Amino acid sequence: MPLAASQAPALSGTWCRLHPLSPVARIGITLGALLLAGVSLVSGAQTSSGRTAEALVVAAVAVLGMVASVVSWLVTRWRVVGDELQIDTGLVYRQSLRFPLRRVQAVDVVAPLTARILGLAEVRVISAGTGHRQHGRLAYLSNQDAAAVRAQLLALAHGLAAETPEPPALPLFRVDNGRLIAASLLRGAWLLVLVLVAVGAILAAVDPTGAGGAVRQGGADAATSLITGIVTGLFALGLDAARSVNGDFDFPIGQAPDGLRLHRGLLQKRHETIPYGRIQAVRLIQPLLWRPFGWARVELDVARQPEARRQGEARQLAHLLAPVATLDQARWLVGQVAPGAPATLARAGAPPRRAWFRAPLSYHYLSAWHDARWLVTQTGRVRPATVIVPLEKVQSIRLSSGPLLRALHLANLRIDTAGRRWVAAAPCRDADEARALVDQLGGLAWRARRLSW
Amino acid sequence: MQYRRPSPRLWLARQTVLGLTSLVLLVILGVWGGLLWSAPGALAGVGAGLALAVTSWFVERGRYRSWGYLERDADLVVRRGLLFHRLTVVPFGRMQFVDVTAGPVDRLFDLATVQLHTAAAATDARIPGLRSADAAQLRDRLATLGEARASGL
Repeated sequence: MPLAASQAPALSGTWCRLHPLSPVARIGITLGALLLAGVSLVSGAQTSSGRTAEALVVAAVAVLGMVASVVSWLVTRWRVVGDELQIDTGLVYRQSLRFPLRRVQAVDVVAPLTARILGLAEVRVISAGTGHRQHGRLAYLSNQDAAAVRAQLLALAHGLAAETPEPPALPLFRVDNGRLIAASLLRGAWLLVLVLVAVGAILAAVDPTGAGGAVRQGGADAATSLITGIVTGLFALGLDAARSVNGDFDFPIGQAPDGLRLHRGLLQKRHETIPYGRIQAVRLIQPLLWRPFGWARVELDVARQPEARRQGEARQLAHLLAPVATLDQARWLVGQVAPGAPATLARAGAPPRRAWFRAPLSYHYLSAWHDARWLVTQTGRVRPATVIVPLEKVQSIRLSSGPLLRALHLANLRIDTAGRRWVAAAPCRDADEARALVDQLGGLAWRARRLSW
Repeated sequence: MQYRRPSPRLWLARQTVLGLTSLVLLVILGVWGGLLWSAPGALAGVGAGLALAVTSWFVERGRYRSWGYLERDADLVVRRGLLFHRLTVVPFGRMQFVDVTAGPVDRLFDLATVQLHTAAAATDARIPGLRSADAAQLRDRLATLGEARASGL
């Protein structure tokens, strides 16, 4: 492959372009959608002249899109110099991006459907920096190059020589696909649909058939709109389930010396590597509908900026360790990424009894516990979530109390990490205990940091 | 250990701003009441305005008094809040940067706000109403301490 030969220099410091097929891969889906829209528009037009005009507009938009993505490919170049990834891009606004690899939080390889068909993949470098272009995106490289680049970037991120081959990963865990599909269907929103169905049934049952026709007509109308609502809801739910199955299908987790390897995706393949020591927090969730089956979900948080909303994929990029696993498996997994941290809490960490007045529903799930290295908190009633934070990652500790809490001599404790997605919250602690905890945790965090450095 | 407080000038500044806004409010309420129900209306309007101003004065005073910060060996503690107490502890090693800001009113009274930023977006450690010189000093001291104890993410 000539291309593989041409990519090698980029890794040793010569400027290189991305894969020549990247413009195609980048606008592939948009182009398809546009063609579909065009066909429907053209066939919908009344006159033949209108038809030609609309076809022309669609063609012009398609050509413009193509030209734009080709130009963007032409002006983009990248290379790796020393331990820095450099990307230059932009025609009108030139952008020179530099990513110091020592600060890299994770390196992902993502292959959307169109790119996969073409044998391409995107390498995404996630750093903790600020700014709107905080991620280095190399879209796209050929599959082999993507793997090679990822291996090299990770080696550099660990301060090893660039030529260090990617260490082999030991299989750690594999998510059961059947369970994944079942779990995706078991969303809380189903309860809403059930309620709607129940309401519909009640309406149908009390429908006053003996009354006048107008009333019956009204009841029938209500039933129709209800059914439409239910169908729409079901459709949305199905779509949501399909998306999560698509995103997390075939999900093996590997344990390599340089970090955790996550591979997942049905249509869109995603390969993530999370270096050890970059994990800011681990969370274990048990949604309401999963509890009868004893299933849970494990998520990881790494340091990153909140991404722009328009990037719909941002949420998918959230690091999932296991979309669904049995509770035992989940706890075992948590133990693997947070060695020594307990995934179950003793009731000893429960807040005082009077906290019930402030949080009557979730009181029985509230808990907080810590040792010299880990802080574990549990909150939530509908979705009990256990958050495990390594004390060496603590960024700040906050204590707050409103009038009601103060009257009960309670306080809320929050522990912030550089992860952007959740904070570890220990609500409704005894005020004196919380105040003491603040100092204690501060000291422990300081010691933990010094030990880890 | 004693919490350090913002400069009394902050209270002066707050009172000035409060006084000016209440004056405007009083005039508006008085004129409005006067137009609606003539003399008794104007009186009622001024009375309501005064009551509001006095309440805000007490609230402002409580808020001013609630501010406090404490530099300890390894961390900075900031507390604030009248109704909702808040206490934030930021280890020096976690500070990403410190910035000093001063609005127009602040500048008039030679005041500045020191804000600490960590890698966590939720951290809200802010110390308002320091004399500019004190703020600059605190900023430099925090920056030095932060550097000495810096650690990665």
